[in-house]
Amino acid sequence: MDALLADLRSALSDDRVRYDAAQRSLIAHDASVFDGGVSGPVCYPVDTSEVQAIMRIALTHGRAVVPRGAGTGLAGGAIPLGAPVVIAMTKMNAILDVDLDNRVAWVEPGVINLDLSRHLRPMGFHFAPDPSSQQVCTIGGNVANNSGGPHCLAYGVTDAHVVSLEIVLPSGEVGTLGTLGPDDHGLDLRGAFVGSEGTLGIATKVAVRLTKNPPAVRTLLLSFASVRDAANTVSDVIANGIVPAAMEVMDQKITIAVENFVGAGYPLDAAAVLLAEVEGLEGGADIDAERISDLGRANGATNVRQAESDEERALLWKGRKTAFGAIAQIKPDYYLHDTVVPRSALADVLETIYDIAKRHDLIVMNVFHAGDGNLHPLLLFDARIEGELERVHAAGADILRACLAVGGVLSGEHGIGVEKQGYMEELFSADDLDHQNRLRKAFDPACRANPGKVLPMGHSCADIQALRAVPTGVWG
Amino acid sequence: MGASVLAIDDPVLHEFAELVGAEGAVSVAGGRTRWEAGGTLSPEAQVVEAPTGIVSYRPEEMTMQVRAGTTVAELDAALAEKGQRSALADRGGTVGGAVAVGESSVDQLGRGAVRDSVLQVRYVSAEGKLVTGGGPVVKNVSGFNLPKLLTGSLGTLGLLAEIIIRTNPMPPASVWLRCEGLSPARARDAVLTPSAVLWDGGATWVHLEGHAVDVRAEQKQLMTLGSCQEVGGPPPIPAHRWTLSPAQAAAFSASEPFLASIGVGRVWASAPQPALPVDPVAELIGQRTKQLFDPASRLNPGRTP
Ligand SMILES: Cc1cc2nc3c(=O)[nH]c(=O)nc-3n(C[C@H](O)[C@H](O)[C@H](O)COP(=O)(O)OP(=O)(O)OC[C@H]3O[C@@H](n4cnc5c(N)ncnc54)[C@H](O)[C@@H]3O)c2cc1C
Repeated sequence: MDALLADLRSALSDDRVRYDAAQRSLIAHDASVFDGGVSGPVCYPVDTSEVQAIMRIALTHGRAVVPRGAGTGLAGGAIPLGAPVVIAMTKMNAILDVDLDNRVAWVEPGVINLDLSRHLRPMGFHFAPDPSSQQVCTIGGNVANNSGGPHCLAYGVTDAHVVSLEIVLPSGEVGTLGTLGPDDHGLDLRGAFVGSEGTLGIATKVAVRLTKNPPAVRTLLLSFASVRDAANTVSDVIANGIVPAAMEVMDQKITIAVENFVGAGYPLDAAAVLLAEVEGLEGGADIDAERISDLGRANGATNVRQAESDEERALLWKGRKTAFGAIAQIKPDYYLHDTVVPRSALADVLETIYDIAKRHDLIVMNVFHAGDGNLHPLLLFDARIEGELERVHAAGADILRACLAVGGVLSGEHGIGVEKQGYMEELFSADDLDHQNRLRKAFDPACRANPGKVLPMGHSCADIQALRAVPTGVWG
Repeated sequence: MGASVLAIDDPVLHEFAELVGAEGAVSVAGGRTRWEAGGTLSPEAQVVEAPTGIVSYRPEEMTMQVRAGTTVAELDAALAEKGQRSALADRGGTVGGAVAVGESSVDQLGRGAVRDSVLQVRYVSAEGKLVTGGGPVVKNVSGFNLPKLLTGSLGTLGLLAEIIIRTNPMPPASVWLRCEGLSPARARDAVLTPSAVLWDGGATWVHLEGHAVDVRAEQKQLMTLGSCQEVGGPPPIPAHRWTLSPAQAAAFSASEPFLASIGVGRVWASAPQPALPVDPVAELIGQRTKQLFDPASRLNPGRTP
């Protein structure tokens, strides 16, 4: 241990290799409810060569590495298992180059998502993926989780906006995946890396695509007397050939919580609200806004309101994006789920979810990316009450299975991490998982990067028993 | 626990897997429109055909599940009936071929890239097994991204049997303009989301798609910047694909005819592109991938993506 720390400190500096109890206990968690993380030394590199050095030192000492961004992940992806070396990327946070000729920006992975879009806005561009956590989460985390956000409905999630990556492999080699041009020669290793949850290596530079700011934006708030009416409106909009920039639904419970929290002007008496945004040129935006309003009314919308000003629009979005913060008024803890179902199944699945919560005697709230069928049931609980978290897990399992049963998948944007490993075999066959494991091993033959994540036990890089066996006493 | 929900029950796919088997060099022929892509197939390879037919089309979900041997023309006809289209270009080939090559359409900026549109793949592995990667819905981060890996892999990692692609609404209006006295960069900057901006070293072509009122407004705007005429479509496209950065493509010059796709980095030129520099680490990962997926090199021998 001392030798490992000494090597790391000589490669970086004393203050950028932390091993104090406070740091290690902080780093043992991310934004998920999962315990069981045990952190080894926590390193804060400032450039690629330091990341490379850390990788090599970890390898020499037989340690795994876990990349970490802001730690806002909800599937436990950044949780260190078995006392690995944690590589915290937050000090690599420079926007290196905004290249308007190629319409890309080269950034370091520690850049905060919202900082990037703020930086680009005056130039007439933005980075399209806008997770609700965008004020704190990093581009590296977005890449690793292939994150989405409300505005990914029309624009696509992170992988559509990452054109090239500099990576450090777990073996310490530095390479570049993808080019700024069309990637239809060579394997799309860039595409394989995005969404790999830190298991294929560490991204040290990212070239992101710049999206032009649209001149016209229309934001609509539609109120409904039932969640079903809101869900049906969403699938009707898509079925009618309209792909809005965003379509977000909130049910009554969350709407009330949000309204008390930020006063965004949401109706308190609606069973559900639909926040829909269309972007583009003035004429088309008006047409789409009109058609969405009509489809809402046809589905029984009790009120349709269009934001009159940028301030009003910003406030409506602030409500949506702080939804999770608003929960604290009701219960101290929440478990945020993430599944995807076919859009046409939304209304039925939501009903099932309310039933499941009732059966487990839990409060559930729904706030979700309705446009792409991406559900986010929020289960509220109090961790201090014995048995509540167990009920939350049981309800979560029922919800996942209900989504799989209608042709859905396990995760739309939070990833698998440690959260859903155990369900992978319900979605995929053994042969499917074997091929996923092969992809992983092509990048990381020795299973050194973030082992114990994504693939279920029984697949080579998932087996962290060996790592767990390291006696914690050895580490301090 | 029961079987995985993505378990394959389509007997046609299982027949295809049996046809491919677990031994001997093998390749799939689509429309043979890109038969030489990535090199010449070793002569000893047995050539099979992928199963055909649309399995399920859900326009309201914007998804299409189709067997790999189905022609892009058939796909397009089915999509057109519901006012939709996909990122795949009809070059006379099959859906499987288009995905295996991964080459996007001239309208890539409007229709999206092929690699972004493949939601789920089913393929026969080198061991003769059917494997599913990805999933049937439009947003999915459940596990490693095999669809990305297979798209553009020229059938060297698995032989595509069935694909689910994302579809898109057909824009209500579409206009191709040919402009003189208008630089491609200026044209690109002047419009919000062109479906294509092409440049042959002299004239600039712009493909505008969307609501009629928007298309008219942008057309008017372009006409004030240069001398633009409505034309039926893009100019003839030279044979050889070059891969450059968007900036390099915009600055391309050659004595022979060429066409540069602005904002994409694609140039179609009259001569083949000199070998591209290869990142050694990417090459290493690629070799290991091939080794892990097809240790005996039986899938499309002679070809390299
Ligand atoms: C309130 C709240 C709202 C959220 N809303 C959304 C949302 O709308 N959409 C959404 O998609 N997600 C959302 N999330 C989840 C989370 O914010 C995203 O997954 C985010 O992208 C994680 O970024 P991070 O920097 O916090 O990464 P971390 O949590 O630190 O890490 C996440 C994963 O990325 C890996 N990683 C980090 N950096 C690198 C790197 N440089 N190279 C390789 N791997 C790396 C880690 O090992 C880990 O597996 C939300 C979370 C919270 C708490």
